[in-house]
This record gives sequence, C-alpha cells and structure tokens, in this order.
Amino acid sequence: MDMSTPMGQGPKMKLVMVGNGMAGVRTLEELLKLAPDLYDITVFGAEPHPNYNRILLSPVLAGEQTVDDIVLNPLDWYNQNNITLHLGKKVVKIDRTARAVEADDGTRAGYDRLLLATGSNPFILPVPGADLPGVISFRDIADVDAMIRASSQYRHAVVIGGGLLGLEAANGLMKRGMDVTVVHIGPWLMERQLDEPAARLLQKSLEEKGMKFLLQKQTAELVKGESGRVCSIKFKDGDSAPADLVVMAVGIRPNTELAESSGLHCNRGIVVNDTMQTFDPRIYSIGECAAHRGIAYGLVAPLFEQAKVCANHLAHYGIGRYQGSITSTKLKVTGIDLFSAGDFIGGEGTEAILYSDPIGGVYKKLVIKDNKLVGGVMYGDTVDGAWYFSLLRDGKDVSELRDHLMFGQDHCGNLGHQGINKAATMTDDMEVCGCNGVCKGDIVKAIREKGLFTLEDVRKHTKASSSCGSCTGLVEQILAVTAGGDYSATPKTKSMCGCTDHTHEAVREAIRQNKFLTIPQVMTFMEWRTPNGCASCRPALNYYLISTWPGEAEDDPQSRFINERAHANIQKDGTYSVIPRMWGGQTTPSELRRIADVADKYAIPSVKVTGGQRIDLLGVKKEDLPGVWADLDMPSGHAYGKALRTVKTCVGSEWCRFGTQDSTQMGIDLEKVFFKMWAPHKVKLAVSGCPRNCAEVAIKDVGIIGVDSGWEIYVGGNGGIKTEVAQFLVKVKTPDEVLEYSGAFLQLYREEARYLDRTVHYLERVGLDYVKKKILDDNEGRHALYERLLFALSVERDPWVERAKEGKLKHEFETVAA
Amino acid sequence: MNQWTDILDLNDIPKLGARVVRHGNLDIAVFRTADDEVFALEDRCPHKGGPLSQGIVHGKKVTCPMHNWNIELDSGCAIAPDQGCAREFPVKLEGGRVWLDLSTLARVAA
Repeated sequence: MDMSTPMGQGPKMKLVMVGNGMAGVRTLEELLKLAPDLYDITVFGAEPHPNYNRILLSPVLAGEQTVDDIVLNPLDWYNQNNITLHLGKKVVKIDRTARAVEADDGTRAGYDRLLLATGSNPFILPVPGADLPGVISFRDIADVDAMIRASSQYRHAVVIGGGLLGLEAANGLMKRGMDVTVVHIGPWLMERQLDEPAARLLQKSLEEKGMKFLLQKQTAELVKGESGRVCSIKFKDGDSAPADLVVMAVGIRPNTELAESSGLHCNRGIVVNDTMQTFDPRIYSIGECAAHRGIAYGLVAPLFEQAKVCANHLAHYGIGRYQGSITSTKLKVTGIDLFSAGDFIGGEGTEAILYSDPIGGVYKKLVIKDNKLVGGVMYGDTVDGAWYFSLLRDGKDVSELRDHLMFGQDHCGNLGHQGINKAATMTDDMEVCGCNGVCKGDIVKAIREKGLFTLEDVRKHTKASSSCGSCTGLVEQILAVTAGGDYSATPKTKSMCGCTDHTHEAVREAIRQNKFLTIPQVMTFMEWRTPNGCASCRPALNYYLISTWPGEAEDDPQSRFINERAHANIQKDGTYSVIPRMWGGQTTPSELRRIADVADKYAIPSVKVTGGQRIDLLGVKKEDLPGVWADLDMPSGHAYGKALRTVKTCVGSEWCRFGTQDSTQMGIDLEKVFFKMWAPHKVKLAVSGCPRNCAEVAIKDVGIIGVDSGWEIYVGGNGGIKTEVAQFLVKVKTPDEVLEYSGAFLQLYREEARYLDRTVHYLERVGLDYVKKKILDDNEGRHALYERLLFALSVERDPWVERAKEGKLKHEFETVAA
Repeated sequence: MNQWTDILDLNDIPKLGARVVRHGNLDIAVFRTADDEVFALEDRCPHKGGPLSQGIVHGKKVTCPMHNWNIELDSGCAIAPDQGCAREFPVKLEGGRVWLDLSTLARVAA
C-alpha cells in the first residue's frame, strides 16, 4: 500500500495556541507570512478581549489612550485568517496522549502542534488581607478597569512595588486624582534597572509631581475596614498608612500551571530549547511563561525574537535559533526620561564614565568593559539611548569614541541631518526621512494604526530610514516613544536579509571553506528560504563570490544592480550617465575633443564637471551606451559601481609653489593599480601634495598627504550621509610603500567588510587597532594582502572595452521591436 | 481579436532577467524566471515610473531599480504595504519562442 500523501493534499495539520497575548499572536502572524496554508489554527484566550498591546496599559490607566487604541488584532483579523477563536475560555487540561486540550467550559480541541503562550501571573504577597476587596494587581484590562473605578470613589491608593510596573500604576492613579503612596522594600526605586543616583533623581521628580514614597518598608498586613474593603496597610516596623486601594506590583511569575499539570518540565518557566520546543517536541512555548536558558523574559523585544524563531520552526524551515537577548528599559511616565540597558552597575574589570548634574536633573552612566559598552543608565536626557543600545548590542569597539561617548551621537560627527536628533521634541510635521519625505506624524500614525513594533515594519510601511539610513536612530527613537519603550530592537546577530537567518560573516565563511563558486551553491548549502534570493542578498552574494575566488567564481550580471550590469548610472527618467576615467583628474585636449564630439553625435543633453575631477555625460539612452563608449575610447570610470571611483589630486610639486610631493603622479599610479577593483561599497581616494590638503583627503576612504619626508596615509574618511574624518594609519617614505599599504588596507576591507559597508563602517566595527595589527605589525600579512589584491585585479577587464568592442552581453543594450 | 505574434526566442532573455519589447511608443518588459516562465508587464513601476525591465528578478518578482518596490510578475501589482499595479499583458511560450498579443498592445499604445 502506498502510504505517501503528496504535500499539501492531505488534511491540514492542527495548531492550537493557548493564550492570546502579544507573543503568541506575533508567532501566528510570522507563521502566516511563511506558511499561510500549513495549519488549521485554534486559539484559546482567557480574557474576553482580542490581542491587545499590554505594554500600553499604563497610558490607558493614565487616561492618555483608550482600550480601543491598544487593540493589535481586531476580531476581523482572526476571521480573515480563518483562525478559530475561543475568547473567555481558560484551558485547564492538556491530554498529551490523545493530543487535545480542554477548556473550563468543556470545549475540546485536538492538536498536531501545541503552542503554550500562557504569559505570566502577578505575584501576590502572602500577607493577611491579600484577598480583600480593593486589593488588585496590574496585569490586564480588568485590573485597569478596577483601578479607574476605584479612582472615582476613593482617595488613598497604595502601590506595593517600586519597580517599572508599580511606578507606572502609581503615575496613572495619580493622574486619575488619587493620593498615591508607593511602598518599596528596596533601598531605592527600580533597582533592577537603575543605580542609586539615577533612582534618587527619579524619586525627586516624582515627588515633585505629588507621589509619596515609603522605602525599605515591608508589608505585614492589609487591614479590613468597616465596609469589608481594605482600609489601611500595616508594616513590619509598626507604621501604617491609609489605603482604599492596594495595587500589588511586586513582580510576575511565569504561568506554568497548565504545563506542570500535564507533566512538562518546568523550572521558573516552561523549559524550552533554542527552537522554543518544550520537552514534548510537539509542544512549543514562548513569551513570559517560557524559560530559555534559565531566563523568562518579560519585555516585548526578546519575545518577538522568540516568536520569529518559533514560527520558523512551525513552518518547517527549522534553521532559526533563539540565542537569548539583551534588553533595555524605558519608563512610560510622561515627562520622565529614563533609560537603562545591560550591566549598568559594573564591577570588576569594568570602567564607568559618569555625568551628573543634580540641579539640572540629568544623570548618565556608561559602563565599559574591554573597550566595549556593556551597560548604561540615563536619567533626564535619554536622546542617545537608542544609539548607546545599538553600540551595546553590536558589541562595537568604542575605544576611539570614548572621549566623546558621553556627549552622544551628535557629538561624534553627524553632520548630515542638521543635527536633528530629538524625537520627542519634534512636531508631527517635521521631516524625519529626507530621502523619502516622511514626517514624524506619518511614522507615529503608522505605528499606532498598523501596530508596528520593529524598525523593519516602519521601513516597510512608511519608507522612512529605508534609503540612506541616516535617520535610523531617529526612527528608532520615535518607535520607542510611540510604541512604548521596550519596542523590538534588532536581534543580536543580524541576518543578511529576509531570505536567510545567516549573517554576512557566516555566509562568507561558508563560501571560503567550501569553495563555492555560484550563488545557487551557496543558497542550497545554507538553506535559503527563497528560490533565488532577493534584490538585497543576490548582489551581496555575487560580490562575496567574486572577491573570495577571483578568476574562478563567475560574475553573475543578473545578480548585479542595474548600474553595474549596464556599467552606467541609471537616472530618474531611465536614461544613463557616463563618466569616463581621467587618471588622477588629468586629461588631454584629444580626450576633451572626443568627449565634445560624443556629446554632439548622441545629442547628450547635459555635460557636467563632477566633484571627483571628471566629466559626466548625462541623459544617454541605454542603446547608445556601447557606441558612446567606443567613440570615447577612454577607460570606464566605474562611477556606477561599488568599486574604485575616483582618485582626486591636487597639482602637487610639479607646479605648485607649496607642493612637497608629486601628488598628481601618485594619484595616477594609485588609480592605475587599483583600476577595476570591486568592493563592498564605493571607494574614493585622494592625494594632496602638502598639508594644505587641497584634494580634501580627510573625507576619502584612503587619503594620502605628501609631506617633505614622505607620505601620510589616512583611512576611513567619508563625505556622505555622515561626515567622518579619516584616521591616520601610517607614514611611509616611498610611492611604492604608499601603493602597498593602501592596497593592503583596501584588500582587508574587501575581504572582511559586510556588503554595502563603507570603510568607515568597517573601521567602526573592527577598530583601527585591529587594522594596524594587520597592516603595520605583520609585514608578511600586509604583503600577502597586497598580492591577493593585485591577483584579483589581474583577472578583471575593462567592462566598457568588452561591451563596446567585443560585443559582450549585447542583449543588455538592445530593445526588440514588435 | 487576438493577434498572437512571435516576438523573440526564450534564450534571448537571460534567466532571471528581462528584455524590453517596443511597440510604437509603448515599452513592454518581458521577464524570464529561473524556471523559464515568462511574464509581460508595461515597463513602468506604479510608484514613479521606473523601468521594471532593469530590476533584479527573483522568484516571481522584480525589484524596481529606482526605489526598490517589489512587483509581482504574474499580477503586475506591488507587494504590500506598497500599492499600485503595472499593466500586465498576455504572453505565451510556444516551442521555445515568446509570443505577445499585438492587438492588446495596439489598444494600449493607441
């Protein structure tokens, strides 16, 4: 008998989810994106509401938003996706043998895969009176309703717990007109997120708003009043305080009751592996109820990372792994700026940089270990929180930023965007993304209306930060302010694109180790999710292949962006621009005559002198390109490519009365040697003949300054989106040394930078010290790097000559008549 | 009435690529996927008119070279959340040759 059933023709598998909260529903959303037809989905939710944004309960309590505002998935969403939804039904039993769950009203549902997303329960202090009317927790919409009702009838509220949740509850109740006292057992507030000085500042400003605090107080009893409702709170030291409403916010406990009763291994949470599976592999668990490597996360960012991995596994891809998260916190109390992340206390082997202005109410502390930022806490000025967090998450070497680190990103050379960097103070009509014309209001609206949580989501929906990326930090801040502090940050390791979970580094390593020569080989081996990648990963793969195996891996024109396929720059009207190479910015009367003749012959509408000392012919029709190139009879300028662009020079010692070196000839030599060099991004060079630096070498990827005794080499400069001054690498004596040291640096960049990272980004990541070690300290290594570059260049040919004179890829330039 | 016309050989279009077919003043992008399926769309991105024929083809999609909109080859429509569609034209593959229906082209070009 043939037992096989063709894929997709048998009955669908059944997926049951217990718990209808943010982490669980996010998993379903991710799963529906990957495999919309794989499962029949059933969801049980104990609350009578569809999935809502629990983080925003605080603004609802404070009267700044309504319950309707915070619904993430309205009932329609469940309908549209054919999800069977059981609201107000609590699952009380899992029958693992029969593979079915049972709710308190008797509803049963069978499963092939079960997802436990039961979240957490508030911890209730085991003191006398804890069960009195008027004693509640702060966890769901029902709690918020109870608090709002109490605030209209009663006066004295006591919040037990001076952590994040307790303070948000206290703030909300105060806004609702109650007299609020916060009782806290610790010596200062929010001790899991703040150090003492920051906590004192926070306490002071909350006191100024009218909140009262009782620190280091242990609750002994909640006292019953005449009406039967709670009336006061008694402490172990004998003190007491009036209390008509008591909110317990002393922590949460993973809700593992159901899992434990069905025999699943639990240890401070339902224990899961890196693919979010419990000890029963048919049963997954994610969210606040799940314990991954001993940690049950309570913030939304890590939970969304888990959701992605879980969905991936449920969809049978099975290559994603969750490896834990670093989290950051922001308090959602209007008018209070507070941010903390990582290890902000510090300890052995760490150093701390402090900034304290108690009068101005600003306090910042950054903790550094081994030249990396490992934690920080900020109070009063959190503008750079997102930036610090990204430095921390990416483990960037900050030794070179150190002197300016405390003063924020603006201070570290950001000129591109008028220094606008304060999301919270921007008005809705102010422009955030200059490339796509997106205002703050557009972004806020999209975040609210579409329920966005990640930078990726915002990019897709609004286009903000999707072009040059200079506003990324700002968009992250707007996300943090709008979606509530703990928005989903990018995962610790960044995958290449949506087609794979592998990082750029892992892909490169696989290409090197396995000697892959074609894109399909890489995709098959590394289990790409898409049949042939996307417009983001294919050009990267193509570059990695040809740069790793020059002469062996074949360049794939179909995986090149159009400019590098047509070897000219596409313009907004679909015509192209042509920039022939002029070595070192030098030209001849004969070249200029040919350029003029070409412009006439092909009726080229615009001729412009570029910033890189060359001439640009704009508005060339694609079919004219081979003819234009043939008539110009000049080398390709590669102005269209992630490649060596221009080498800008000053006139140097041959003419200039100040010149100390022949910078023009040095520039010509550099350009001739590095001509045809493909790179992770464009590469610009310049050579000045004296320190007056007329060739502006400080903003080039490699800049050379001639001095009387030799040549100074600078690397990693950038004049684009974010102006960066090049850093001094080394001083050498001879032009040959200039070639070798510059070439070795460029080859290192070619071999190790991620695709689309400029030299400055590469340097930021690895640090100048690392580059010095490779180029200056290791003579053999430098020599080998330079040799590898020369070899890679020796197999490249001038693409214009191949196409204009040898008819290569003719079809690219011909239209078909019909 | 249909007016199917033999336009070009399948092998004249690179795999994961496109060719531009010009009919009067109308440019049509004819795409070829990795599995040798062919699709024909007006060579104008619904966003800002970018030439789709110049984009990178992947799966059954093309990414516009101007602002990276992703367009589905079988419908001509942008992938959400972007909105808009490029006009699609009937195309067929017979005996390794690519055929277009000139009558529909003429209607649009006119």
